[in-house]
Amino acid sequence: MYAYDQFDRALVHQRVAQFRDQVSRRLSGRLSEEQFRPLRLMNGLYLQLHAYMLRVAIPYGTLSARQLRGLAGIARRFDRGYGHFTTRQNIQYNWIALEDAPDALAALAEVDMHAIQTSGNCIRNVTSDPFAGVAADEVEDARVWAEIVRQWSTLHPEFSFLPRKFKIAVSAAADDRAALRIHDIGLRLFRNDDNEAGFEVMAGGGLGRTPRLARTIRDFLPTAELLPYLESVLRVYNQHGRRDNIYKARIKILVDALGVEAFRDEVEADYAAGRCDAFALPAEEERRIRAMFAPPAYPALPAETPRDRAADPAFDDWVKANVVPHRVVGYAIAVISLKPVGGIPGDASADQMDAVADLAERYSFGEIRVTHTQNLILPHVAQRDLYALWQALTAHGLASANYGRASDIIACPGLDYCSLANARSIPVAQRIAERLAAGGREREAGTLGIKISGCINACGHHHVGDIGLLGVEKNGAEAYQMTLGGDAGDRAALGAIVGRAFSAEEVTDAVETVIDVYLARRVNGERLAETVRRIGLGPFKERLYGTDEGGKDRP
Amino acid sequence: MSEAATLKAITANRLTDGAVVYLADGGAWRETLRGCRLAQSAEECAAMEEVARWAASSNLVVGPYAIDVTMDDAGAARPASLREAIRIEGPTVRPDLGRAEG
Amino acid sequence: MALMKAGRIVPDPWVRVADADALPDDGQPALVGLARWRAERETLERHNGPLGILLRADEPPSPIADALDRFDLVALDFPRFNDGRAYSSARILRTRLGFTGELRAVGDVLRDQIPFMLRCGFDSFEVADPDAADAWAGTSEIGVAYQAAADARTPVAALRHAASRTPLPPAGEHRPLRRPVAAPVPAARPCCAGDWAY
Repeated sequence: MYAYDQFDRALVHQRVAQFRDQVSRRLSGRLSEEQFRPLRLMNGLYLQLHAYMLRVAIPYGTLSARQLRGLAGIARRFDRGYGHFTTRQNIQYNWIALEDAPDALAALAEVDMHAIQTSGNCIRNVTSDPFAGVAADEVEDARVWAEIVRQWSTLHPEFSFLPRKFKIAVSAAADDRAALRIHDIGLRLFRNDDNEAGFEVMAGGGLGRTPRLARTIRDFLPTAELLPYLESVLRVYNQHGRRDNIYKARIKILVDALGVEAFRDEVEADYAAGRCDAFALPAEEERRIRAMFAPPAYPALPAETPRDRAADPAFDDWVKANVVPHRVVGYAIAVISLKPVGGIPGDASADQMDAVADLAERYSFGEIRVTHTQNLILPHVAQRDLYALWQALTAHGLASANYGRASDIIACPGLDYCSLANARSIPVAQRIAERLAAGGREREAGTLGIKISGCINACGHHHVGDIGLLGVEKNGAEAYQMTLGGDAGDRAALGAIVGRAFSAEEVTDAVETVIDVYLARRVNGERLAETVRRIGLGPFKERLYGTDEGGKDRP
Repeated sequence: MSEAATLKAITANRLTDGAVVYLADGGAWRETLRGCRLAQSAEECAAMEEVARWAASSNLVVGPYAIDVTMDDAGAARPASLREAIRIEGPTVRPDLGRAEG
Repeated sequence: MALMKAGRIVPDPWVRVADADALPDDGQPALVGLARWRAERETLERHNGPLGILLRADEPPSPIADALDRFDLVALDFPRFNDGRAYSSARILRTRLGFTGELRAVGDVLRDQIPFMLRCGFDSFEVADPDAADAWAGTSEIGVAYQAAADARTPVAALRHAASRTPLPPAGEHRPLRRPVAAPVPAARPCCAGDWAY
């Protein structure tokens, strides 16, 4: 994985000094809140429902054991002993004091981490495939390019005051595990018929009030042209994105307004007008970064069926659900679920973080990944170590055998934590997980994505869940609007609303009902989204509302 | 006071640590609704908001705003909305982290 | 309003001329808007003093690209400090269009944006607070630049591999940058030594 050199370190330490000065000027009143706010946001510090929330960047979701221990230390020293892993592969702390923030950032800098550009109208954390480097279906490790884009986008002087936030995702696999189509820019690395490496460039994706799937603006962009081409996309957005209405300011709105062909023409025109810098990424730099993502020196091992599966049904369950085939014979990808049934999705205590760091060192060459589904991954586990790993995870409450299943719910923090929310999402996730796990439906349903957002900003990605729930306020009470048929991967699709919203009391039953219909109607083990595509919403509406009209909203 | 009138309190976040606070007498800010200033009229609320604005520009608090408050049977002030109740008591899913607010 | 250059408050010789007003007739530097330039270009070009042009945030630099030699000053407006359009205009003016005169940030210019502005090629700043110059002297700046911009700072990737200089792609789609002629700017201009990073 990428390791900082003197330049990377200098930047994060200088940034800490700069922010320390800015905080000092704010506390003494030399900076007003209005002036300080964008500076605070560009260092990932939000003023939230309970206190200041700090969002720390985990570049493309990759962490070393030392860094994960550093995150545990932040939780203990500056927060309340836990952190929350997000749908953008970052981590959030909810109780940071402003006067402590410079020290917290200094502690992060000590482990080569930062909170730069995790908020604000700038280019955010570049996300990627959580299985990069270890999945069988990739062209090369997508994180090479994620790291190149990360450095290029960090404190970019031209693009630090965009109309709105900007999110880039990179994948290099046949199977899109990075949700490229719901990003402002999605980059899919592949090899063309001449075996040249290049990107399909997609632009204008995003969720929220006006969800859109990204459109392809370049079928094939040679890798050497990536940075100058990105500059042209960002420049067109910077110049033409709306600045009069924050709800209409994302690049997806611009692509809609111009039409994808006209948008593409603008980008290509800027690109053809010539570089705005006299600098091309040296080949040596690409090689240097690529070398850092070279696979670990795996000891050669034979393929192995993990022992003890027959003897231990719980371990067998876990292997079936949470262990994913690895590129290298004898190894496996182990998913550490942060979704214990009845627990808080995506949260981990400082003790759990330390435990995972230890396990990473023992079993995974010291490397951990964060997924955008709010789970952790140990990417390099020898199959013969899986049983011992599972036992250790069990001791720390980290062995839920539910990866990708109904109780592996993506939930934003919701009204329990977030001042933007209309409704709580975590208790809804808890009740649903408990119901589905208890009744055996989870096991029967198999892979199923339930995604819950507490408000229209859709941080829970509800639009792209098989079952999506959107928290709304109805007559002063929390209610949940359900969508069905969403998908974040290669067959990306936005879910459709089924009908009137459900109360907090009704929503668990409603989800169970949907799954019952799915189980009754699915063929050939298809996903729920495929069933919806095939049979439409009618059968679901009938069971939910007793009519295929979707019910009327109660007064 | 007529039954239709709504009581209002002023809440904000403390600048230094972001803690949720409520305007009390004498321009003080406290982490509890108990004993905080309650406005019974629009004029009173406006006066409190002015005090709050002064506190914001004096770098004591950030983002003050008025909230609806009701009196419970024991005569203690409670926020009227779920959102404000969560702000005062902490996340409903982590009762160990909240304040024991009555 | 005070004019800041190279970290110091300096007198501003420029006269901002409203569209309806006459230009100063004593050779003073005159700053006009784009609409006026378009309407009265021939007259303005005969002005017997330095000429400057002020672009609003929604006015890209392309309409003045063919006349840049005539301007000693291009001023770019920031209607709000977080309206970042002028950063693109500045960078285009300096790099693609080769403007070598004074490039000034006006409007809602806050001291914490100045490092970004410098990197995009601005070399003077109209600031509301004359004390900003003192504040700027104490600004701890980020000395590391990951990407090339419009200043002379060498990007980190080039520093890492100092022995090699990657040539630009061949001319065709990508025009090489013009080297600037000696620029009439204060000598002690931070970060813009007049040399381009290759």
